[in-house]
Amino acid sequence: MTLLYTKEQKALISLVHDVAEQELKPYVAQADRDGKCPEELYEFGFDLGLHLVEVPKEYGGTGLDYETTAMIFEELAKIDAGYAITFVTTFVALRNVILAGTPEQAQYFADVVKQRKFAAFALTEPNAGSDVAGMRSTATKVDGGYVLNSTKTFITNGGIASIYIVFCKTDFEAGAHGITAFIVDRDMPGVRVGAEEDKMGLRLSNTTELLLDDVFVPEDRVLGKVGEGMKLALNALNLSRAFVCTMGVGIMQRALDEALAYATERKQFGKPLASFQLVQGLLADMAIKTEAARCVVNNTMRLMDAGSLVQLEGAICKTFVTDSMQEVVSNAVQVMGGYGYSREYPVEKLMRDAKVFQIFEGTNQIQRTTIAKLLANG
Amino acid sequence: MKIAVCMKQVPDTTEIKIDPVKNTLIRKGVPSIMNPYDRHALEMALQLKDRHGAEVVALTMGPSQAIDILEEAYAMGADEVYLITDRKFGGSDTFATSYILSAALDHLGPFDLVLGGKQAIDGDTGQTISSLAQHMDCACINQVLDLQVESSPAGATNSNPTVTVKRKTDEGVEVLETTLPLVCTVMKESNKPRYASIQSTLDALEHEAQQICLDDLAALLDESKIGLKGSPTRVQKSFVPERCAEGVFIEGAPKDQAHDLVEQLVEAKLLV
Repeated sequence: MTLLYTKEQKALISLVHDVAEQELKPYVAQADRDGKCPEELYEFGFDLGLHLVEVPKEYGGTGLDYETTAMIFEELAKIDAGYAITFVTTFVALRNVILAGTPEQAQYFADVVKQRKFAAFALTEPNAGSDVAGMRSTATKVDGGYVLNSTKTFITNGGIASIYIVFCKTDFEAGAHGITAFIVDRDMPGVRVGAEEDKMGLRLSNTTELLLDDVFVPEDRVLGKVGEGMKLALNALNLSRAFVCTMGVGIMQRALDEALAYATERKQFGKPLASFQLVQGLLADMAIKTEAARCVVNNTMRLMDAGSLVQLEGAICKTFVTDSMQEVVSNAVQVMGGYGYSREYPVEKLMRDAKVFQIFEGTNQIQRTTIAKLLANG
Repeated sequence: MKIAVCMKQVPDTTEIKIDPVKNTLIRKGVPSIMNPYDRHALEMALQLKDRHGAEVVALTMGPSQAIDILEEAYAMGADEVYLITDRKFGGSDTFATSYILSAALDHLGPFDLVLGGKQAIDGDTGQTISSLAQHMDCACINQVLDLQVESSPAGATNSNPTVTVKRKTDEGVEVLETTLPLVCTVMKESNKPRYASIQSTLDALEHEAQQICLDDLAALLDESKIGLKGSPTRVQKSFVPERCAEGVFIEGAPKDQAHDLVEQLVEAKLLV
């Protein structure tokens, strides 16, 4: 199963495959148990340049298109999607500053990331998940800037980022139009990292609370226009949604690879499992879903490369890929039976990793609502 | 310092199978890779470049697809890469290959240091680099584990620094001191080769490898010593060794393994 890869794409996929197999894979099982990615493992990701893959050349990145970037992260996610998402979150945050901010803000943000630092996107709050407009964080106008007070939760890279995009209300009366985005440095007085989530899956991804207590940010840290944070957040989610899908395909492909290898080796009643028709059915369904998901993701990426905001296509992609993931990883466990359920083999981790893909970046229920609304509005 | 690294594109022998009828390697569908030992030789050159500043030139002789390993070498940090290719070079054995390589190095040089892997994993002869040194009339140290070049004090004009080389022998490790120019074959244990980055891989794909053909080396080569007709090696027969017994894996703690092994050797009357 394959797309029509260019020579460049093949070379980059091969490079990431080799490095991830040799430098990451041996440590994943233990890091998953520990619920923490050892810091030294980040080094090879920075050496590869994963934090700058999609970043334009003028900001020190490699300037690759979304399509090729997605292929690289599918490959990395086969080994660990939690590790991959750490880097994806970073360059997606930077991309949003480039899209919405001033050239000076983009340069500042890029300069931080280039120093092998992570970035994060702080939107979700304890009482504002899908209902973004219900956020309680405040940004109060003062002389020369704003004072931010906020409790953010489920922040990917929250504890390891050096720079954040934080969303706060600048006008409570204006509802969704009262939200503004700010660029916040980790070392600004009043910025604190709160509790780390003890998650079911993606345990190499750092997820924490982020607490802002009377944090002063100067005027030039307002990202985009005051009151236009919601628009910025939705555009950012379109981008990150597409990238979680590519990591989803990585997880599906790994599940298929593991199940197929096992079914070919394992014998019952004197024959390999893969020779039994009901097992063949499971494997074929996995391959069908994985291949279709890859094609949908590839099309979404190509649309984004052409300048589309992929509001509809991104929502369809997210829902199809991440729902399909559940079937594929569950089938992998089923094919491998008791061994699939055991921590001795990697597929139980894939099943745990997969679940959150239906939840984050907009739940699949919200996505379906969006799809229906967009269809109805033509 | 100018360093040449001689490399070879080889079939990935972890993927290779032998045709039981023809007794030849089945190359179809087998990926080609940079000879793993050569990767360590390149890393040694790049480490010397990092420490002392050097120009690292990677070269390989082979068909046009061998460019793939040169792109990899460039992505890892080689300053320039050369493909030595000509239909008339085809069929060269280790003697002819090393003769052509020596002419190419003469053409591109002079070099202070020439490195290559201890052997290539396809032919496994380990002859080419030593033979190259002979053609170059240069000292050669094989199976090198470490190579240190004495740093010249700032402002000094020491054109021929001392080189300390550790090489692996059957008895242990030998430490030798010599001067440049020098030819060495490098062991896997010498270093951990670096990876290319995404950016350097992209750069390498844009960089065109220079090609050297027979015309470029005509003045330096005797054509009767190249290609199939210039190769003294004759393969009389190739065969797949017969597998007369299955291997036995002894598992457990080292002490238990040793005990089991002795018991099995006694049982087989190989030990009394």
